[in-house]
Amino acid sequence: MISANLSAIFYLISGVLFILALRGLSSPETSRQGNFFGIIGMIIAITVTFLAVGNFSTGLIYVFIFLLVGGGIGAFIAYKIPMTAMPELVAGFHSLVGLAAVFVAISAFINPSAFNLGSPGNIKLASLIEMSIGAAVGAITFSGSVIAFLKLQGIMSGAPITFKGQHILNALILISIIVLTYFLCATQSSNLFWILIGISFLIGFLLIIPIGGADMPVVISMLNSYSGWAAAGIGFTLENSALIITGALVGSSGAILSYIMCKGMNRSFFNVILGGFGATEQSKSNQGKEQKPVKSGNADDAAFLMKNASSVIIVPGYGMAVAQAQHALREMVDALKKLDVKVSYAIHPVAGRMPGHMNVLLAEANVPYDEVFELEEINNDFANADVAYVIGANDVTNPVAKTDPQSPIYGMPVLDVEKCKSVLFVKRSLSAGYAGIDNDLFYRDNTLMLFADAKKMTEEIIKSL
Amino acid sequence: MEIDPFIFRLSIFILSIFVGYYVVWSVTPSLHTPLMSVTNAISSVIIVGAIIAALANIEGNIFSKSSVFGYFAITLAAINIFGGFLVTQRMLAMYKKKKRDKK
Repeated sequence: MISANLSAIFYLISGVLFILALRGLSSPETSRQGNFFGIIGMIIAITVTFLAVGNFSTGLIYVFIFLLVGGGIGAFIAYKIPMTAMPELVAGFHSLVGLAAVFVAISAFINPSAFNLGSPGNIKLASLIEMSIGAAVGAITFSGSVIAFLKLQGIMSGAPITFKGQHILNALILISIIVLTYFLCATQSSNLFWILIGISFLIGFLLIIPIGGADMPVVISMLNSYSGWAAAGIGFTLENSALIITGALVGSSGAILSYIMCKGMNRSFFNVILGGFGATEQSKSNQGKEQKPVKSGNADDAAFLMKNASSVIIVPGYGMAVAQAQHALREMVDALKKLDVKVSYAIHPVAGRMPGHMNVLLAEANVPYDEVFELEEINNDFANADVAYVIGANDVTNPVAKTDPQSPIYGMPVLDVEKCKSVLFVKRSLSAGYAGIDNDLFYRDNTLMLFADAKKMTEEIIKSL
Repeated sequence: MEIDPFIFRLSIFILSIFVGYYVVWSVTPSLHTPLMSVTNAISSVIIVGAIIAALANIEGNIFSKSSVFGYFAITLAAINIFGGFLVTQRMLAMYKKKKRDKK
């Protein structure tokens, strides 16, 4: 229908529109327009593909049926999903991209002539390599994301699963993938292709099981990156610039997010990937624990403190998401604002289970985004604030990260909550956070512990205000 | 000597990585979750490969093995495209509303 050159130009246009889609996210004002560009880019890419293939047989009907079925499922999920379940959703979506990449690679392998790659058993060498990379990375993305999804959903325990010789086994499997690709190129054997895919599924699974629940922000970002590289691999196979551009964009996006998350925890990427964090320290801290005095209070005390404060900083964490306390929190803030208390929110980069998780939840609860600040923006304000209200966060406020070189979280950037005149710490018990260490903050003179469910406590405070 | 077209694709790829690098660093941290969902949606442009596979029927057989894999891939990618863009839209709408309510 249309020439290869013309369709290549259209693919380039949709690639550019995808770049603009990401560019739009630099501020909330331009973001919706960006998303719109992304949608246009996708429509162009799909339409051009139909015209370029130019096959209007009955097969087309099936293509539309499957397109609509998938689209319907996707739309349904998008409207039904609660904002607290965003990490699971994104992990689930990554797995689908990975699997789609595997399927496309398989089709290209069994029917290479459709893609101008040669004939079965005689596929061009470069294409075969690209195809193998696309399939292998896609398979890793799929099984890795499935594990991440299960861990986030709580179907699988978030605790790291480790065993002896794990790293050696993984290294061997990774080497065998490279060796297999080599022999696959040499022999064009379809059996080797299937084995390659099978092993890649296995390694994706093995790579993610040793990583603990609270490292999920890194894992999700990393899988995001993988899904991009898989798409790029397929893009090279199909000689499609839209796919190559998108793959590169998504790949680098995921890599940057992983980097930001690792920095937020002051851990190297390899330290996270090798996994097992949080398992070893747990036992240590339990032994050396001594009973230290803690001040605890109730909702009335908290309401009194906040009512008489001139500025309050809220520090939300994963616990807020679990308790679904964001709406109650916003109501509490509204009540405080009526009493002329200045309120702002402080978000640590790794609060929650994915990058930006807390921001979305607060946005859902109608918190204006210009009241929400990142760590670097707000950390100096704690010294001037009267009350810090820590709700569902723990390790990210722990002052030992600044003082104790022995601590596993030493060097991690933390919110300087302890500099506030008083700290209200909503928590169910004194138990340690994810890093498995005691939080020094609990025992400070200016800390008042509020032992309760985050949502219930916040609601009670509203009543007392 | 003619340059292999692969080199041109590689150039696009490398340059796009750099574009991605700078564009993503400029994304505000509060929009990192929508960033992930939208990258998810756009990486599903892999659907073009799936459509080619599905429509490349061998001798009129619309259910050849490669077409069937194509159909599966179309379904998966379509879930992602619709789901990804719509959920991003939904999130971004929340960011927008706040500003207006506040004023």
